[in-house]
Amino acid sequence: MASVRTARLLTGSEAVANAMRQIDPDVVPIYPITPQTPIIERFTRFVADGETSTEIVNVESEHSAMSAAVGSALAGARTMTATSSQGLALMVEVIYIAAGMRAPIVMAVGNRALSAPINIHGDHSDGYLARDSGAIQLFAENAQEAYDLMVMAPRIAEHPDVLLPVLVGQDGFTITHSAEPVELLPDEAVRAFVGEYRIPAPLLDLSAPRSQGMFAMPDYYFELRHQIAAAMERAREVIEEVAAEYEELSGRRLSALEEYRLEDAERALVCMGSTAGTVKDVVDELRAEGERVGLLEVRSFRPLPIERIRAACSGCSEVAVLDRADTPGGVGALHAECAAILCGSRARVRGHVYGLGGRDLSPAEIRAVFAGAAPRYVGLRSAS
Amino acid sequence: MSRLKTLVANERGTPPLAGGHALCQGCGIPVVVRTVLDSIATPKVVVGATGCLEVATTRFPGTAWNVPWMHVAFENAAAVASGIEAAYRALARRGALPQDDPITFVVFAGDGGTYDIGLQALSGALERGHRFLFVCYDNQAYMNTGIQRSGATPLGASTTTTPAGLESLGKMQRRKDMTAIAAAHRIPFVGQAAASHWYDLSRKVEQAVAAGGPAFLNVLSDCPLGWGHEPKLFKSVLDLAVETRLWPLYEVVDGSYRITYLPKRRVPVTEWLALQARFTHLQRPDAEKIVAEIQRRVDEDWDRLLRRASSDAAATEVS
Ligand SMILES: Cc1ncc(C[n+]2csc(CCOP(=O)(O)OP(=O)(O)O)c2C)c(N)n1
Repeated sequence: MASVRTARLLTGSEAVANAMRQIDPDVVPIYPITPQTPIIERFTRFVADGETSTEIVNVESEHSAMSAAVGSALAGARTMTATSSQGLALMVEVIYIAAGMRAPIVMAVGNRALSAPINIHGDHSDGYLARDSGAIQLFAENAQEAYDLMVMAPRIAEHPDVLLPVLVGQDGFTITHSAEPVELLPDEAVRAFVGEYRIPAPLLDLSAPRSQGMFAMPDYYFELRHQIAAAMERAREVIEEVAAEYEELSGRRLSALEEYRLEDAERALVCMGSTAGTVKDVVDELRAEGERVGLLEVRSFRPLPIERIRAACSGCSEVAVLDRADTPGGVGALHAECAAILCGSRARVRGHVYGLGGRDLSPAEIRAVFAGAAPRYVGLRSAS
Repeated sequence: MSRLKTLVANERGTPPLAGGHALCQGCGIPVVVRTVLDSIATPKVVVGATGCLEVATTRFPGTAWNVPWMHVAFENAAAVASGIEAAYRALARRGALPQDDPITFVVFAGDGGTYDIGLQALSGALERGHRFLFVCYDNQAYMNTGIQRSGATPLGASTTTTPAGLESLGKMQRRKDMTAIAAAHRIPFVGQAAASHWYDLSRKVEQAVAAGGPAFLNVLSDCPLGWGHEPKLFKSVLDLAVETRLWPLYEVVDGSYRITYLPKRRVPVTEWLALQARFTHLQRPDAEKIVAEIQRRVDEDWDRLLRRASSDAAATEVS
């Protein structure tokens, strides 16, 4: 455990910018979008003041930010970037490619709603767009977790058995712009924790010229793409290994799944991001009232901790899953996955969509969800 | 050393793009690639945009490339090169890479990956000043997907998305002047060349690499399938594009225009059109006006270029 501990009042953006300063990545291509802007503004100020030696590339779009990141990460340089919402939407084509080319890029995401109508506030629609890309996707509950996950992310991304992009999500405004006490590790501790950047086949290794990003026909495509799935499976273990090591360093354990007061729970709620903080309070209240309720906080959306979700819910009869993104005409993504995971168990699985475009989810609404009294769209005003 | 010997010497016994790739007979692209890369003495790293060159040279698990090569997507080659070049600078600065033998970064993209979908990324990279050479092999259409029209397709050409027909004379817009667009970025070197004129191309590459900043080369390259000519007419059809003044060879160095090849006589553009099936419909009586329009615009563009180059030359003499 770290011997000296000092908490500072930081927003999620500042916390993540500080993690980036401590990691000191080689290259950071950036393009501004609310609520990500304070991350890149804070970070470029660190660079301007000589606190990191990073090469900033002020690209002309997010598509180019992710493209430059792929080039840089595979050239042999540790590469990070950040985005939100429309920016992530613009990147999606290249995020799939980054995963396919096994580029261990770390990206901070200030999760935000997608247009139209244009809206700058938090929900998870942008992250869901990249769900099937092959990128690892983590969600923080608060500014501290955003910092912690950002420090852990290079270790996960760059692990030789993983080599996938890692997206570290924090809810727009609720986390990116809200100041809370955040404990930073000493700079040297972070630097030692992340270590040197090493990838198996850097493009700039001229002694072994390689072709990267080749064209594959049906005879190979399936196998090549399947390697991502295999790396994701391995990432499940790697995330826990890195989390254990990080706990030794920080005293904080950031597992892919946090089980909160689930031991003897009959009813469980599943969610991601800042909402988990509010749900924990409601769980505490309900527990005090004698209700057997608990929370599954999913920190790793990809890879989804499937077995652990199954085990954690084994004693539950009711599971409510909250998606902060909609799938018009379908079933919420996390809801559908939990339903599939718990298929055959005795739990009845319900799904709710909430919080689109930054709408708050109140404790009263969370209570209604636990009570089975909430509509599918929680917090939606009736059309009347 | 003669230029040819220099090219051979730069290959160091290993062609950067080996034979055995799947590009068509009579295609100008491999000529452009080999001429460009062999004109560079330093180690090279190549970035490619999606298109014929990429698809025909890198079918997994084989590759025709003997130099480090990367492809990411269609529209972002310049952005990928920006990232690689930034990585190179970062790594060199902290001593992780040798700095004595600098790497030259070269991008190859078709006209689609340059004029159209790739224009934004290219413009951004040129404005930011990354040290790389962007080579557009301009075969005047999206060839890889089956000869669709691009912003580089000339007026009157029949393509699969602007087909000539009873009510159509092919593409009805003129091509954009991509070389001028690149020059408007005020980068150190911009050149227009043709696959047929290898000496001129090679000299421009040398100059582009020495210019010490972003450089752009627009190289006319034929496509026997898309243009509709015999593969063996590779050189003639490109030569005629240059001789008719439809594709002037020139360079813009630090903003100054210089014509690098002066055709000796006026060859009518119809001679060039006649070689290619994509213009066959222009022989119809109702196409006379279009043909006249093509000629008028070629003359107009040439005169403007000539004026520009002579005033820049005069300005150089005065200063
Ligand atoms: C975003 C995107 N849109 C469309 C395509 C399909 N596509 C692949 S190559 C190509 C045409 C390439 O044309 P050009 O750049 O002129 O190169 P050439 O085919 O002539 O080599 C197109 C349209 C793609 N790969 N990606």
